[in-house]
Amino acid sequence: MAVIKTEHLTHTYSEGTPFVKMAIQDVNLSIEEGEMVGVIGHTGSGKSTLIQHFNGLLKPTSGKIYIDGEDMWADTTRLRDIRFKVGLVFQYPEYQLFEETVYKDISFGPKNMGLSEEEVDRRVRQAASFVNVTEEMMHKSPFELSGGQKRRVAIAGILAMQPKVLILDEPTAGLDPKGRDRILGQIQEYQQDQKNTVLIVSHSMEDVAKFARKVLVMNQSKVFLYDDTEAVFAHAQEIEQMGLAVPQVTRVFTHLAEMGYPVDPHTYTIQAAKQQVLDLFEQQEKGGKKNA
Amino acid sequence: MLKDITLGQYFPGNSFIHKMDPRMKIISSVLYIIILFVASRPLGLVLGVVLAVMMYVISRISGKMVLKSLKPVVPIILFTAILNLFFFAGPTEPLVSWGFIHIYREGIAMAIMMAVRIMCLIAGTSLLTYTTSPIELTDAIEVLMGPLKRFHVPVHEIAMMMTIALRFIPTLIEETDKIMNAQKARGADLESGGLVQRAKALIPILIPLFVSAFRRADELALAMECRCYRGSVGRTRLKQLEYSSRDFVALAFMLLCLGAVIAINCIFPKMI
Repeated sequence: MAVIKTEHLTHTYSEGTPFVKMAIQDVNLSIEEGEMVGVIGHTGSGKSTLIQHFNGLLKPTSGKIYIDGEDMWADTTRLRDIRFKVGLVFQYPEYQLFEETVYKDISFGPKNMGLSEEEVDRRVRQAASFVNVTEEMMHKSPFELSGGQKRRVAIAGILAMQPKVLILDEPTAGLDPKGRDRILGQIQEYQQDQKNTVLIVSHSMEDVAKFARKVLVMNQSKVFLYDDTEAVFAHAQEIEQMGLAVPQVTRVFTHLAEMGYPVDPHTYTIQAAKQQVLDLFEQQEKGGKKNA
Repeated sequence: MLKDITLGQYFPGNSFIHKMDPRMKIISSVLYIIILFVASRPLGLVLGVVLAVMMYVISRISGKMVLKSLKPVVPIILFTAILNLFFFAGPTEPLVSWGFIHIYREGIAMAIMMAVRIMCLIAGTSLLTYTTSPIELTDAIEVLMGPLKRFHVPVHEIAMMMTIALRFIPTLIEETDKIMNAQKARGADLESGGLVQRAKALIPILIPLFVSAFRRADELALAMECRCYRGSVGRTRLKQLEYSSRDFVALAFMLLCLGAVIAINCIFPKMI
């Protein structure tokens, strides 16, 4: 069953004023459980608006959202419960830390869910271990930590709520390559461990190509594509025309294919690329021997 | 929710009043306030009302805005009017006597005049912020307060602080919105519960907000220092304020009105 489903979802900002702006229009999506989805799109393409709908922070102007089969806005008293099913990590989540200690901050979400103390403790420790927050860090003030550590703590704060769907808005923005790989790796591990649905909004195609099995491309407030990663990068040209960059490997291989080499132009991972290049050399070597 | 608050009430335009020098606009506003308080005869106040209407027509700011600016002061207007109505003792017999309350004819007149005066005051001065951008306004304040420098008042610094504060209001509103959403996503309940609970619910919003405000202040200070900002010493302006003939026409007109009000006061008998 689809864990997130939308029907003709449309959102208009500042309706009835001169500043009216259509943020998303007629979005029909169905995201299956256990999916690892990369969400890409230009600034202002409506990605942020879309993911805020999944969490019930924005009310659709028209259309419907179903979370786990339940109409989100049918009964507003249920909204808070549904919201707990979808964990949303905002951009620069470290700016939302406020508690005296890291431990208390991570437990803010689970506590709001009204769980027992033991359960809260269990979840906090589990979430902390997923993102490598050490016992020693737990008793520090969040304001003493480094940028990357703060970010991991903030993500743990959402993980501790054990949402069915985890949505991260640019979780790697402003981090160095090492911190970026670390966080993405941890999210991937979490997803494999929990078999949960994870959506990651990202600007970096390289990252998306690395972790996502499915890609959602937003363009001009509409869903342009939602398909398997490979199938999406087959539209490399259209994606580039939108002002988004496809992974460097894909660009290189598209060019190689254009130059007449027998390679797959939709290659998007380094491993696949390496294999193809090796195969190519092998063939040439054989061909060379024959000629000689 | 927070987006509905209109703080920057400036409405860009191209009218005579918009184009006036901000300094002269402030001076004219002060003159207008003087006119309102000098006018002690009904005719003088009528002139004040006409003047306000005229200024709004010239500036092409819609009448709705007047109502909007008057809304928050309605209780004050009512309060002053009622006080004047009930507690003004006139020389003649009271119209109505009821217990300790005596209502005099003069009291009624006084109440109406006070109400009209306050309404004109608010409407007239709001026009200043409707037609002048905050930046222009602080520039003008800095120049007008210039003479205070002699008394070691840090005029430039005060103006700079005002500019920065105004500049960061929308940023902070946006920030608050973001933090509120983030905490709501973590299950923070901001809408229900008693007073104490609601106050407690604000902590997860206020702490990150303060932290980020301090961070921003720090960054801004650094950026300003990087550009060699060292206060008013030897600082020149990109846009020099200059009076034009328009400003003198406006000044002359305001002075004329003030003269007219004084003349009315002299000609007509004192009513109260």
